[in-house]
Amino acid sequence: MDPIAAKYIGAGIAAIGMAGAAIGVGNIFGSFLSGALRNPSAAGSQFGNLIFGFAVTEALGIFSFLIALLLLFAV
Amino acid sequence: MADPNKVDPIHQFGLTNIFSLGGEGGFAFTNSALFMVLTVGLIVIFLLGSTAGRRLVPGRAQVVSELLYDFVANMVKGAAGSEGMKFFPFVFSLFMFVLMANMFGMIPFFFTTTSHIIVPAALAILVFVVVIGYGLYRNGFKFFKLFVPAGVPGYVLPIVVPIEVVSFLSRPISLSVRLFANILAGHITLKVFAGFIYSLGSLGVLGFLGASLPLIMTVAITALEFLVAALQAYVFAVLTSMYINDAIHPSH
Repeated sequence: MDPIAAKYIGAGIAAIGMAGAAIGVGNIFGSFLSGALRNPSAAGSQFGNLIFGFAVTEALGIFSFLIALLLLFAV
Repeated sequence: MADPNKVDPIHQFGLTNIFSLGGEGGFAFTNSALFMVLTVGLIVIFLLGSTAGRRLVPGRAQVVSELLYDFVANMVKGAAGSEGMKFFPFVFSLFMFVLMANMFGMIPFFFTTTSHIIVPAALAILVFVVVIGYGLYRNGFKFFKLFVPAGVPGYVLPIVVPIEVVSFLSRPISLSVRLFANILAGHITLKVFAGFIYSLGSLGVLGFLGASLPLIMTVAITALEFLVAALQAYVFAVLTSMYINDAIHPSH
């Protein structure tokens, strides 16, 4: 296969990994909302945990995004 | 790249030598080193300047440094307990350095030191060594209880202990790669969308209309990157205090 074509195909495959992070981030905010609507008085105190979970989960999606970008521009 | 019109989003991370000591293979002072010095210098000037004339009713600068202090102190106390406050200066230095380096990188034409894996990796290895060193110093051999969670039945231990060991050993990798990847990917994304503006704008009048879409996107991503810059510094500091908590209380 043409190495340039293989590079672009690889970048596209690597980007699929972001779907997992999308599910994870959606899960975090969805669970936070459903919990917050059940007990709104406790929601404020959990905002730090929400952002922390978001950042840690989002980082995993960033990893695959980074692989895709590196394949496109650095390899 | 040969073609000057081609968009090259990696170019911003290039290292250039400003001056070097000791010739080839000697100490090289690069733009990365320059911005690290600037970062540390800015932190020192700000923190010393804002707390030099301490007042009971603080001024604006003093409020900012008090807020930063309180924020990190509460974080360390919450994650590692009052004994972890011994490590407050360590965590505070890490937090301020990463925060300032990330924020410095958001200024156009400024170099982002944390976008090179070596800088977060050095910080993460420092954390790792501190955790192991202090854990062994304080708990002695009991530190290895960290790998044997309490309340796990004996027949599961052959599976659980290797998992715990591997997860412990991969901490410096995940800690450094998380910070580095977020900053690197964010800055590349910014440049890629800025490149879309350029290439669409060169198409003529219709291209000008089309170019407004990536322009809006670039503004939005810039805002997101400011959030990420602060958030990753916070995550780095929180995880550091959690790891220090493991060194102080190894049996979970």
